Amino acid sequence: MSGNTDSIAWNREHMAPGPAQDAVIKGITGEIEEKGFVVANLDKVVNWARTGSLWPMTFGLACCAVPMIHAYMARYDLDRFGIIPRGSPRQSDVMIVAGTLTNKMAPALRKVYDQMSEPRWVISMGSCANGGGYYHYSYSVVRGCDRIVPVDVYVPGCPPTAEGLVYGIMQLQKKIRRTGTILRG
Amino acid sequence: MADSIETAAPSKGARLQALGEAVRQALPRATIESIEVERGDELVLRVRRDGLVELMTLLRDGADFAFEQLMDLCGTDWPEKPLRFEVVYNLLSLSLNQRIRVVVATDAATPVPSIASIWPNATWYEREAWDMYGVVFEGQTDLRRLLTDYGFEGHPLRKDFPLTGYVEVRYDEERKQVVYEPVKLTQDFRNFDFLSPWEGMTTLPGDEKVHLNRIEGPKPQGTEA
Repeated sequence: MSGNTDSIAWNREHMAPGPAQDAVIKGITGEIEEKGFVVANLDKVVNWARTGSLWPMTFGLACCAVPMIHAYMARYDLDRFGIIPRGSPRQSDVMIVAGTLTNKMAPALRKVYDQMSEPRWVISMGSCANGGGYYHYSYSVVRGCDRIVPVDVYVPGCPPTAEGLVYGIMQLQKKIRRTGTILRG
Repeated sequence: MADSIETAAPSKGARLQALGEAVRQALPRATIESIEVERGDELVLRVRRDGLVELMTLLRDGADFAFEQLMDLCGTDWPEKPLRFEVVYNLLSLSLNQRIRVVVATDAATPVPSIASIWPNATWYEREAWDMYGVVFEGQTDLRRLLTDYGFEGHPLRKDFPLTGYVEVRYDEERKQVVYEPVKLTQDFRNFDFLSPWEGMTTLPGDEKVHLNRIEGPKPQGTEA
């Protein structure tokens, strides 16, 4: 097979129409007939890849980290979704802000978000990250992490259950799926 | 059997009182202002600032006391008192199975002697007390803020510190950094009056319609006539 393709001069130089070109076209058609092929929309393939490997930046700030860890562990097993927690923002696609975001932590959170490569998403988990929650009137707590980073999905609860977080991740996958990745705007 | 042993031994309160008196006797100066046994179980010594280091050294090194561990050091704020702050030290002796609480009073300007040279773990506690109440510790070489934000102003656990503080943060898209701004609350803090009876409870903002649509229940017997 490989000898067959090497013997013809396709893709190396311009070929004028004629028997030589016909032989090349016939050879390629024969290859496709033998192996088969798949037709797909490129943006759907890209979205399929993105939803299937959402690597989250682990940002457990408070008690919400516990249900987040539950979601990673054996019972809910986010590995099934291709979700593997990462320790580095450079390797992450999504940041799960799990817990109370304090004023002192806010610049660090923003810095980690800025270090993540595009495309990137943010899941805000729990009342504190959504809007300050129990600490809304506190002198030291940010009244919602959307004051610092743009949020895609808000997961309510204090804390949300592991199922709640998994549902939120599925909502994010839905959001990614309906996003046009090739054509923007 | 167990009962006879317990009745024979002096009560815990009496033993603690005796321990407090022993501390008073062991000190050369009149450092201790009062000895109390609270709830029959907790020995509290109120002491003067100038004798604190001497007392604490004795409590750690004295053979009858042997308080090897500083469990906790914290502050309290009593705005109505002339010396508004109290620093509370909780000590534990594992070898003698006893605890003691030492309380010293101060105000915002007067420093309290540091005990970091006696128990090194006091450094973080003293930094926390400084951070939260503004109590100054003399001899503490590392008196930085411990918990609050970098560049924070004020001492948040003081009673006169407003709950929501003075500044809040947000990300500024133009300056590309997290910026501080004066606090601007979209909804005022709700002041619940939990002491009032249920019917007299203050109408909460947004709950006015509750009173308009209230269905009167059956009146108690005898009030009709």
